[in-house]
Amino acid sequence: MRNADVLRFARDAATAYPLRTSLSVLAMAIGVAAVVVLTALGDGARRYVVEQFSSLGSNLVIVLPGRSATGGFSPANALTTTPRDLTVDDAFALVRLPSVRRVAPLTAGNSEINANGRLREVVVAGTVSTYLDIRGFKMAQGSFLPEADWNRGAPVAVIGSKIKEEIFGGAPAVGELVRLGDRRLRVVGVLRSVGQGLGMNTDEVVFVPVGVAQSLFNTHTLFRILIEARSRDEIAAVKREAAASLKARHGGEEDVTVITQDAVLATFDKLLRALTAAVAGIAAISLAVAGILVMNVMLVAVTQRTAEIGLLKALGARGATIRNAFMAEAAMLSLVGALTGYGLGLLGAFILRLLYPVFPAYPPDWAVVAALVTSLSTGLLFGIMPARRAALLDPVQALMKH
Amino acid sequence: MAVIELAGIERVFHLGDSAVHALSRLDVGIEAGEYVAIMGPSGSGKSTLLNLLGLLDRPDAGSYRLEGRDVTTLSPDEQAAVRSQRIGFVFQSFHLVPRLTAAENVALPMMLAGIPAAERAQRVTQALKDFGLDQRADHRPDQLSGGQRQRVAIARATIMQPAVLLADEPTGNLDRATGDDVIHLLEALNERGMTLIIVTHDPKIGTRARRQLMMEDGELRHDSARPSAAAAAT
Repeated sequence: MRNADVLRFARDAATAYPLRTSLSVLAMAIGVAAVVVLTALGDGARRYVVEQFSSLGSNLVIVLPGRSATGGFSPANALTTTPRDLTVDDAFALVRLPSVRRVAPLTAGNSEINANGRLREVVVAGTVSTYLDIRGFKMAQGSFLPEADWNRGAPVAVIGSKIKEEIFGGAPAVGELVRLGDRRLRVVGVLRSVGQGLGMNTDEVVFVPVGVAQSLFNTHTLFRILIEARSRDEIAAVKREAAASLKARHGGEEDVTVITQDAVLATFDKLLRALTAAVAGIAAISLAVAGILVMNVMLVAVTQRTAEIGLLKALGARGATIRNAFMAEAAMLSLVGALTGYGLGLLGAFILRLLYPVFPAYPPDWAVVAALVTSLSTGLLFGIMPARRAALLDPVQALMKH
Repeated sequence: MAVIELAGIERVFHLGDSAVHALSRLDVGIEAGEYVAIMGPSGSGKSTLLNLLGLLDRPDAGSYRLEGRDVTTLSPDEQAAVRSQRIGFVFQSFHLVPRLTAAENVALPMMLAGIPAAERAQRVTQALKDFGLDQRADHRPDQLSGGQRQRVAIARATIMQPAVLLADEPTGNLDRATGDDVIHLLEALNERGMTLIIVTHDPKIGTRARRQLMMEDGELRHDSARPSAAAAAT
């Protein structure tokens, strides 16, 4: 029997039983669609996080107080552990490092803003003029914090767009006086809305000079030091230089943690890739179920068409020919199911993107390929048994069934 | 030349503990172009004999020579090739594939044999015309009358120009007039040289054949061509 004839014969056999065929195609389609949509969700989450990190600013190195790596207890630690705080002077010392372009100290705390007869809880971030460029923020009105001595802050504030909206509404905010805790500050600028940025919604933050924030919270420590490297290649150098410089300043004690955006990003990336793979694995179970359904459908087909198989044998069909015809039918069910499911999955991902435009729900290529290959191979694998059964039928017995 | 030579054929079925001799000590020779009726009551072994002649079943002992070639020792695939090229089947219940049209049913043996589509179409058109079915080419079996269905089945059985045409109760599902038409059609094929073997329990049809084989309890009781030999066997 010619291959084209085998395919045509299998196609006609499949379309002769539309309900049975469409149900098994549907099962396979749902399996593939599940893989496509779920991996789109998982990979979308990954991309979302990656994009959020990128929005932190490029070539960023972050210094945190305290050691993140636990070294275990040692007598030396017990004697010398006097954790030094990060200070504005520490940050200022980093400015002179060769690979560093900009440095911004950051201290943070909660306070209340009171203006225009309204009161609101806000996050206060104390920083300096360079922060705007390091984070890549844009101003909506006015200007950012003025360049000044880091230890002496002018009584000014820059507010996020949401705070501006809630306190001042449509009225101009620049030039107005606000009360922040026990300070009276003049608003010099309003940030352009940038949305959520990793837990800290910049639209709801009030930026003040770092000196003002430190006296407001009665502290001299910093929450973070943000460093921008001169180029991407110099990130590692900045990390090394900053760690060395701070170690020297802190009496030889390595009591800070220097992380790069890349390292954080890589961790999240790895985590969310694993999550996506796990979700794909769960979805793949539905593919196996669909494969078993194809097998059931093909077994029913063999039983229903026993007389036909007997006839084909009487007409001179070899066992291999009959096996190929049934395998081809199983493969077709799986292929059509897989392609339908792929279409459904893309549609589902598209709808997700329509509903949540911020969420880049695109299925990764590997998942699509894996879903299609898995569905085809399970369909074929589970088609072997029914096809063999058909090929081994005794023609005399088969012909008596009618 | 004998187209079929059976010698010492035995066929035993095991039902539980008991062994049933469906065929025993069968020696039959059939010449090319003969018209033979295999007759006998139910369970006499006539269908088993037909299945054996059509290579759908294997004997437990004895030899079967088809056109001088021992076919009992062939592999399943070789037997399939012999069925494809040398044997045509006509069944009581027609056995047409319900989803295929008349033309596709007739083309089925050629498709299985791997004959190109163009040649198939040409031969099917000719066959349908010969059997008076050219108006029914695109009809499915459920759109055909019983007589038309059996004519499609006969067209299918003969499309590969087999040496032997085996018919198992070909008129069993037909009324008398249509049945007679089908018998006339088969006889016409026989007159053109095709060896025709009909299994029937209808004496009216059986006696039309030039030779009758009477089966009973798996044994050949009477062979009209060799009355003495068959009598000696009993």
